[in-house]
Amino acid sequence: MIEIAFFSLSILAVIFAILVITAKNPVHSVLFLVMTFFSIAGHFVLLNAQFIAVVHVIVYAGAIMVLFLFVIMLMNLNKESEPAKPLWLKLSGVITSGLLLLVLTAVFRKTVDKTAHVLPNPDIGLVKNLGMTLFNDFLLPFELSAVLFLTAMVGAVFIGKVKAGN
Amino acid sequence: MKELIPLQHFLYISIILFSLGVYAILTKRNTIVVLMGVELILNSANINLVAFSQYDPQLLQGQMLAIFVIVLAAAEAAVGLAIILNIYDKFRTVNLDELDTMKG
Repeated sequence: MIEIAFFSLSILAVIFAILVITAKNPVHSVLFLVMTFFSIAGHFVLLNAQFIAVVHVIVYAGAIMVLFLFVIMLMNLNKESEPAKPLWLKLSGVITSGLLLLVLTAVFRKTVDKTAHVLPNPDIGLVKNLGMTLFNDFLLPFELSAVLFLTAMVGAVFIGKVKAGN
Repeated sequence: MKELIPLQHFLYISIILFSLGVYAILTKRNTIVVLMGVELILNSANINLVAFSQYDPQLLQGQMLAIFVIVLAAAEAAVGLAIILNIYDKFRTVNLDELDTMKG
């Protein structure tokens, strides 16, 4: 049962990711990427990371992708804007990423032990455990990420404001 | 009772997504689609982190790092898209082949 879920989610994720990079229209790319993120959230649920799955859907599919859509609509790019690429470019991209795929697959085949399984402990990814860890052992990174967010917010507002001033 | 899925299968999925993200970054000419390739790569890293987090059920370091990756991706997308908006305002294009000057 769970294997059927895993394999269907995997096939969906890979198909939608391929559609992201083959779609000519950037809006279609964004929508396919949202579907890819939903499939990845399903993987997180299978890995006993329920909280991360929910956060992933909210932040990625809900916030980041809507931001992408807004920018595409603001720039009026919602048409087929990808120019025809020369063959050598596609070929070099396929060769490079294919070689990367090959090397990484070989690495993981050799190094990760094949008996490792996902532990059937469904509680470790819940809010309680993650919150206890986050606010005890990871307090400093948490605060630093708050500072990072403030910096990013100030930077984004500043960059946008310069544009409005011109 | 949950059946068990080998950890390696998750790693293979993340490798495939990583390669597709690298392909998008290398070949796409639209800056926004290149940023989407970056998001794809960050997600594949996230799958790896959460998968390896199974080895550490007490401290959950992998899942913690995955949360921080999501935080970072949100900040990166906001700043990157602001920069792209500014570039579009100056050059009226987001085609990476035509953006060959750093002088505004």
